[in-house]
Amino acid sequence: MTDASMDSAPVKGRLTTVDARTRKRNAAEKRFKAYGLVAILIGLFFLVVLAVSILRSGLPAFTQAEVQVEFTLTQEEFDAAESQMLKTRAYEDLFIAALQGQLEERGLEVAFDPAAIERLLGKTGGTIREFFLENPDRIGTPVTFDLAASSRVDGYFKGRVTRDTVVDSRFLMVSDLDLVDALADAGIITSSFNWNFITGSDSGVDNPGGAGIGVSVIGSFFMMLVVLALSLPIGVAASIYLEEFAPQNWFTDLIEVNISNLAAVPSIVFGILGLAVFIQFMHLPQSAPLVGGLVLTLMTLPTIIISTRASLKSVPPSIREAALGVGASKMQTVFHHVLPLAAPGILTGTIIGLAQALGETAPLLLIGMVGFIARAYPEGVVSGFIDPNSAMPAQIYTWAARADAGFYEKAWGGIIILLIFLLTMNIIAIILRRRFERRW
Amino acid sequence: MSVKLSVSALAIAAVSATAAAARDNVQIAGSSTVLPYASIVAEAFGENTDFPTPVVESGGSSSGLKRFCEGVGENTIDIANSSRPIREAEVAACAENGVTDIIEVRIGYDGIVFASQQSGPAFDAFVPSDIYNAIGAKVMKDGELVDNDYQNWAEFNADLPDAEIAMFIPGTKHGTREVFEEQVLLVGCEATGAMEAMISGGMSEDDAEDACLDVRQDGKSVDIDGDYTETLARIDANTNGIGVFGLAFYENNQDKLKVATMSGVEPTTETIASGEYPVSRPLFFYVKKAHIGVIPGLKDYAQFFISDDLAGPNGPLSNYGLVSDPELAKTQQMVADEKVMGADM
Repeated sequence: MTDASMDSAPVKGRLTTVDARTRKRNAAEKRFKAYGLVAILIGLFFLVVLAVSILRSGLPAFTQAEVQVEFTLTQEEFDAAESQMLKTRAYEDLFIAALQGQLEERGLEVAFDPAAIERLLGKTGGTIREFFLENPDRIGTPVTFDLAASSRVDGYFKGRVTRDTVVDSRFLMVSDLDLVDALADAGIITSSFNWNFITGSDSGVDNPGGAGIGVSVIGSFFMMLVVLALSLPIGVAASIYLEEFAPQNWFTDLIEVNISNLAAVPSIVFGILGLAVFIQFMHLPQSAPLVGGLVLTLMTLPTIIISTRASLKSVPPSIREAALGVGASKMQTVFHHVLPLAAPGILTGTIIGLAQALGETAPLLLIGMVGFIARAYPEGVVSGFIDPNSAMPAQIYTWAARADAGFYEKAWGGIIILLIFLLTMNIIAIILRRRFERRW
Repeated sequence: MSVKLSVSALAIAAVSATAAAARDNVQIAGSSTVLPYASIVAEAFGENTDFPTPVVESGGSSSGLKRFCEGVGENTIDIANSSRPIREAEVAACAENGVTDIIEVRIGYDGIVFASQQSGPAFDAFVPSDIYNAIGAKVMKDGELVDNDYQNWAEFNADLPDAEIAMFIPGTKHGTREVFEEQVLLVGCEATGAMEAMISGGMSEDDAEDACLDVRQDGKSVDIDGDYTETLARIDANTNGIGVFGLAFYENNQDKLKVATMSGVEPTTETIASGEYPVSRPLFFYVKKAHIGVIPGLKDYAQFFISDDLAGPNGPLSNYGLVSDPELAKTQQMVADEKVMGADM
C-alpha cells in the first residue's frame, strides 16, 4: 500500500482486530500455500511411483540363478569339440553329460533326462570354451563352473515364473520344476549376485542369462569423451566471443536466435544430419562411438552455449570495469577475472548437457548404434572410438524389444545403472556449484 | 573462424584414422523379424570363429534393403535381412548404385499367429474371412457391399465369442504386413465374395485387389509401427484385443498369450513346415557379392548361418521358433558356389 492510498482511505477500527477483508486475504494466502503443497505432493507421489516401479522391476536383474558344477575336460574331448563347426554346442553337450553323471551319483529322487537338464541350463558353451582357450593348462583337471541357468528357471527363482503360469513348452516343462527344487535343495542351483550383468556384453536373444551392460557403458564413456572434448572448448569459446567481444548488430542477433532455436530441435534430427554428413559424406565408420559423440556434440553445444552465456552475464560489470580501470586488456579482463568467476556455472551447464547426451537414444538409431552390436571390450583407445559399440540407452531400448521376459527385466536393470550415472553427474554439478559459487 | 578450423581439423584427423583401420566386422541391417535369429547366429559366430562378432541392426526390411542398395564399399552394409523377397524395383535401385551381384539366401520360414490375452475370450475358430470381415474397409452384408460397421465378432460368425473387435496389426513398414495382406486379407476378401462384388461393381481386377487390402479406419484396427513388444502391451491392456505376432515371439510369451487357430490348425513349427497352417512366409538375407573377400568373414558368416548345426531342424534357430527350410541343402550349395540372383540355378 502506498502512502497516498493510506491517506484517502483512513483505517477503520484497530489494527489488532481482524476485519473481514483481512480474513479474506489471509484465507487466500492459506489457499495458495495449500495449492503449492498439493503440487509438490503430486510431484513427489509420481517420483516415488517411478522409483518404486523401476527398483521393483529392475533389481531382479542384479541376481541370477546359477548352476554350480565341477567339470573335468579331457584333452581328447577338447580336441573333438574344437574340430566341430559349432564348438560351443559340443561343449554344452559335454557339460550336460557331466552334470547328469553327478546327479546320478548323488541319487536324486526326481526323474530326469538330458533334455530336462538342457532346459535348465542357459547357453553355457561360450563361457566354457573361452575358459579353456585362455587356460589350456586346466584341461584334464577339475574346474568348478558357475553357469547361468535358463531364463525360465531364473524367473522361477525370482517369482516371475510360477507353477501356475508356466506352460509346457520346449523352453521348460512343468515337471522340470521338481528337478529345479531338488537341485536348489542340493545347493547346485543357487541365486547369486550377477556380476556379468554389470561387466558383460550383449548376448543373443536366446541367452538372456549372458547379457550385460558393461560394454555399452564403455561405449557411452567414449562418446562422452568426444562430447566433452569438443563441446566444452567450442561452446565456451563461442559464448565468450558472443558475450564479451562481439558487436551488437543484426548478425549477432541472428546467431543468438539460431542458437536458441537449435536447443529446441528434436534430437532425431541431429541423427539424420550425422548419418548424412559423418557417415555418408565423410565416410566415418558406422556404429562407432566417435560418430555418436560427434552427433551428441551437435546436440549438446546449444545447451552449453546458453548456460555459459548466462554465467558470464551473471558476473557483475563492476569486475570488468575494475580490471579495465587498472589497465588490463580486454582479453586479460576476460581470462583473468570474468572466466574464473563464471567457471562453476559453466561446469554445471556442461555436466547437465553431458547428462542429457548420456541418456539420448534417438540420434543413435540412425547411425547404427542400436541393435546387436558389441560382444567384446575395445582394445585400446583408438578401438574404443572407432570400433562398433552401443551405448547404455540404446542397449536398454534393444533389450526392451526382445521377446524373452528375462531381457525385459534386464532393460529395467539397465535403467537403474543409467540413473546411477545421471545422479552421480548431477550431484557433482551441485557440489561444484555449492563450493565455488560466488554471490554478489 | 577458430571454431571452424578446429572442427575441420578434427574431421580430417578422424577420416585419416579410419582410412588406416579397415572394417573387419560384417555389418548387417534389416528386418526386425530376422534380427533375433541373426543375433543368435552373430553371437555363435563370434564365439566359434576367430572373426569379430558381426553388427546386426534392425529397422525393417525395406529400410535395410534401401541401405543395402546404397552402393558398394566399406561404408555400406554387407547383408540385408528381409522378411520378404526383394522387389524388382529394389533390384533396379541396387543396380543403379552399382550393387549388381546379390546372393539371395532363404534361411527358413516364420509363422504369423493371431493371439489374444491369456484371460480373454478364446478365439479358436478363425478363418481368413473372419479377419477380413472384422477389419476390411468394405464388407459383404446381406449380399451388399457396404462400409464395414461390424462392432462384434459374433455379428458375422456365431462360432466366435461375443466380444468387441479390436485388432492390432503390423504397420506398413513391416514385411509382416505384406504377408498378412496377401495370405489373410486377400484370401478373406475372395472368400467372403467382397472381391467379386467389387469387380461386378465396375472395378478392374487389380483395383479390386488393392481395395481388398484397405483396412477400416474407425479405430477397430490399429497399425502397430513398433515391434511385437508394443503389440503385447496393447493386448495386455485390452481383454478383447487380438494381435499379430511371429511364432517365436508367441512361443516365448505363452504364459501371457493365447493363440488362435487358423482354419482349424494350431500354429506350431510342425504345422508350418508341413504347410497345414496357412499363414507363413519365408525369411531371407541378401549378401553383397562384391564384399566377399573384402570384408573378412562375410562368406563364412553366410555359410555358418545356414549350416545344419544352426538352421537345421534341431539347431538353436529352430529352438527359438524358426521353421527350418526342407531345402536347406540346396541353399547351402548355392552359397558355397556364390550363385547370384538371376543366374541360372
